[in-house]
Amino acid sequence: MNLWLVMIAIGLITYATRLSFILIFGQMEMPHNVRRALRFVPAAVLSAIIFPEMLIRDGTLYLSPANEHLLAGLLASLVAWRTKNALLTILTGMSALLLLQALTHQF
Amino acid sequence: MPSFSSPRRQFLAGITAELPILLGGIPFGIVYGVVALAAGLTAWQAQAMSAIVFAGSAQFITAQLVGAGAPGLVIILTGGVVNMRHALYSASVAPYIKPLRPLWKWLLGYLLTDEAYAVTITHYYQNTPADPSHEVGPPSVSRHEHWYFLGSGLALWSTWQASTAVGVFLGAVIPESWPLDFAVPLTFIALVVPALRDRASVSAGVIAGVVAVLAVGMPLKLGLIAATIIGIVVGLWVEGRA
Repeated sequence: MNLWLVMIAIGLITYATRLSFILIFGQMEMPHNVRRALRFVPAAVLSAIIFPEMLIRDGTLYLSPANEHLLAGLLASLVAWRTKNALLTILTGMSALLLLQALTHQF
Repeated sequence: MPSFSSPRRQFLAGITAELPILLGGIPFGIVYGVVALAAGLTAWQAQAMSAIVFAGSAQFITAQLVGAGAPGLVIILTGGVVNMRHALYSASVAPYIKPLRPLWKWLLGYLLTDEAYAVTITHYYQNTPADPSHEVGPPSVSRHEHWYFLGSGLALWSTWQASTAVGVFLGAVIPESWPLDFAVPLTFIALVVPALRDRASVSAGVIAGVVAVLAVGMPLKLGLIAATIIGIVVGLWVEGRA
């Protein structure tokens, strides 16, 4: 599918979601269970992307101390947890990966 | 005094309140521009997505899935699902902007991001009656609070477009050997880890992650959607047991 169409579709869905209660359902309360479920969406979808990025290499599970992506990701998670600083998290993870890859290639 | 604030003062106050968040948003915009190019988007597509979608995580996910060769429908579904949280924000600000003209509602709806919402809803809580849904007419306090919303929203919008442009420019300069695609999961870690505040959300995240790993062989990246749904269900279940 054309990437422009994909972008426009996501844009329209997002805009419709943002407008939903403001415009259309102005008189309506959001159902309680929907509200409860929506709270878990970011944690679920983002983790579902993070885990395979860290743990899968060439289509199979790569659970090993030699997995540089996993080590760098764990370090970044620690920084995110302790500091809640996004920039520091990204910089730490990126530097860790570059360093680990440089070490691996050297030995 | 909030009740006597002019539109101009509200607008500027909205921008000022948004400033600390902008500092955190700039690196995201730059990283987005860089990884979008790395994923194969053209400079125009990367820049246009910041205006058309205007939602960081959905844009990162789209870039990531485009790079992974996922089919268009799966990308649309995932991007749409991750932005469903905006319905919460919409429901939350709706009572406050109910008296406004439709044009204002369309404009503020477009600007309703995580960042603008966080600042604006705090301002509304502080300056309007505790439960606005019981108000029939316009709120009894300042009639210009929506200018505050507009200020914070536009501040974020312009910063997002500008930082995307910087990223698109950098992305064209940075050597291809750098593992820039790793910036996407790192960005997600930066977003998700501070949000894991209770057992239910931790369970939702961990289970979704494990299912995604187990389902990695599923065709069309459908494992991502299955994992998300199972994660949400588990989150609800853990919360319900507590």
